[in-house]
Amino acid sequence: MIKMAEQIKVKKQSSIKRNRFLKHFFTYLYMILLSIIIIYPLLITTMTAFKSSDVVAFTLDFSGPWTLNNFKELFTDTLYGTWYGNTLIISIFTMFVQVAVITLAGYTYSRYNFAGKKWSLTFFLVVQMVPTMAALTAYYVLGMLLNGLDHDWFLILIYIGGGIPMNTWLMKGYFDTVPYDFDESAKLDGAGNFTIFWKIVMPLVKPMIAVQALWAFMGPFGDYMTARYLLREEENLTVAVGLQEFISDPKNQQVALFAAGAILIALPICALFFYLQRYFVTGLTAGGAKG
Amino acid sequence: MEKLNPKKTMWLSLIPGLGQLKNGQKAKGIIFLGIFALFIIEMAVFGFNALVGLVTLGTVAGRDHSMFLMVRGTLQFLVTIIFLMFYIVNVRDARKTAEAINRGKDVPKTWKEMCDSLATDGFPYLLTFPAYILMIFTIILPVFVTLLMAFTNYDFNHIPPASLISWIGIQNFHDMFMLSSYRATFGAVFGWTVIWTLCASTLQIVIGIFTAVVAHQDFIKGKKIFGIIFLLPWAVPAFVTIMSFSNIFNDSAGAINIQVIPFLNHFLPVHIPQISWMTDPFWTKVALIMIQGWLGFPYIYVLVTGILQSISEDLYEAATIDGATPVQKFNHITLPAILAVAAPTFVTQYTFNFNNFSIIYLFNNGGPGDVGGGAGNSDILISWIYKLTTGTTPQYGLASAITLIISAIVIAVSLFVFKKSHAFDMD
Repeated sequence: MIKMAEQIKVKKQSSIKRNRFLKHFFTYLYMILLSIIIIYPLLITTMTAFKSSDVVAFTLDFSGPWTLNNFKELFTDTLYGTWYGNTLIISIFTMFVQVAVITLAGYTYSRYNFAGKKWSLTFFLVVQMVPTMAALTAYYVLGMLLNGLDHDWFLILIYIGGGIPMNTWLMKGYFDTVPYDFDESAKLDGAGNFTIFWKIVMPLVKPMIAVQALWAFMGPFGDYMTARYLLREEENLTVAVGLQEFISDPKNQQVALFAAGAILIALPICALFFYLQRYFVTGLTAGGAKG
Repeated sequence: MEKLNPKKTMWLSLIPGLGQLKNGQKAKGIIFLGIFALFIIEMAVFGFNALVGLVTLGTVAGRDHSMFLMVRGTLQFLVTIIFLMFYIVNVRDARKTAEAINRGKDVPKTWKEMCDSLATDGFPYLLTFPAYILMIFTIILPVFVTLLMAFTNYDFNHIPPASLISWIGIQNFHDMFMLSSYRATFGAVFGWTVIWTLCASTLQIVIGIFTAVVAHQDFIKGKKIFGIIFLLPWAVPAFVTIMSFSNIFNDSAGAINIQVIPFLNHFLPVHIPQISWMTDPFWTKVALIMIQGWLGFPYIYVLVTGILQSISEDLYEAATIDGATPVQKFNHITLPAILAVAAPTFVTQYTFNFNNFSIIYLFNNGGPGDVGGGAGNSDILISWIYKLTTGTTPQYGLASAITLIISAIVIAVSLFVFKKSHAFDMD
């Protein structure tokens, strides 16, 4: 009897062990497969950038020869450098103005009670849902009227404005997570409105500001539609639009050149992204919790 | 001190500023009177003509630019609305201040007092002012203009200033739903837009949640490395990856057909033939949905991972003691916790994909083929709008009408969900 009980116990243990093994096996299998699916397209794009310029498509091919010619060609034979500069200017202006505006607005909505607060906050929420980029023709006419077509400032204005409602809402959500007690005690110590904002609350919301800055910065790099529509001259394009021209003609795709250009965009943005990544979770869950 | 008559000061304020002067608020009264005068002058010099222009949209072709008239008129309309809001505030302010004075409260009267009170009470308005100005010019004005454009015949036959544009009522909407050619296109494009939105968003949410739950298990080694890899699709700008995928899915030379499928055929019992990703509408759509799953899951993954970390272990331990299976634990503990926080974000994924122009346009240019009205087989509404306004025979009016329909759908869905998730409870 005792022997049998022990046998059952051993069997049970081995089945637990087997189950655990299967669980581990399938977990790792899934994670590794997913990793391969993610890395494969990125890897072959990266590799192509270092291949000779007559490749027709991205493939996994570790045989050489490797070359840096594509990068050289980008800056000597194409307007890539100019496009990159344009995009940087647009991105940096967009980032600074947008972050300043939404920080002020988000702070106000989080900390003050004033007539029309609830009403205007609902207004933000509804406006945020309007797909503004669909109003392309209106932007185009507005651009003609203000002589803003083909000009950076017009695009910057559109990028900033489009991001305000949604991001003000997110900023407000994040400011709400900073306890009001801090403001109260600072007020008792005689701090004014501005001091409370700048010295007390601001340092605590730096993570969210960093995230917002990154998003505002990445926006112009990623936008194709508005830039394509409002920018006409070759030398005024942004990288997203310019890069597409390398592969837009199906009969003459310069894929190696495209790959090289893509890497130069993706690398710095990836670096910034991972540098700020640790703030994402708090930013997302705190801001997103209330919508 | 004599008692003021709040009603009387309110009536006085029908000319802004007079009521405030009567209340003894000299500085405020003069400023209000000044704003009123400015508006009257603006209206006489510019505004009245602008509003007339909005109604007529020009009378002489070649001289009047109908679209400029529409934009100016719309701007004037907004200015008028803002003035009316000021006007109402002014009337209410006159009555309220009079009542406050009657109750014996101090109200700011001189310049200095007014500036002081502005610095405290006006602080919130001052801080939100830039946001509002920017939104008026970059969102409200374009949206209003689009709204109006949907009721005009602005198209390739009517390009200002050479010819005039005129109001045509609901003709564009009528065409879209009644004209057989447009109706067929609209039906096809709308149908695919809905399927696309549902499939792509659901796929990215499911992969995101599944990956987060799998990767959250305690025993996993190398969590950091996996964490970085899983974030890559989000970190790399989407347009770069979409254009790369467009090359990778190329029918004749792309890596999927040349490398991946032959590789898989080594292991699989069935033989997979080469697939026409770019020329067969069905496979283009399949590829699009898979790519969006690839692009979109990291965002959900990060969000859900954050939520998982906040769920107390005690809950799971208690469930284990009660003999719950892993599936039961997921359904009754994990999933409700995720949905409680992330439901609104999930909805934004659907509204985002509903208008996800980049992937549709950059992957296969909305193609292959043609479903009429300039739209290709994989075009969704937003990319059809883009084609309608950039093609050789632009249809701006019709495109605006479709824009309105898109906006109405997105807003209705979002409002419904936000209402349900109590996002409107702001405190």
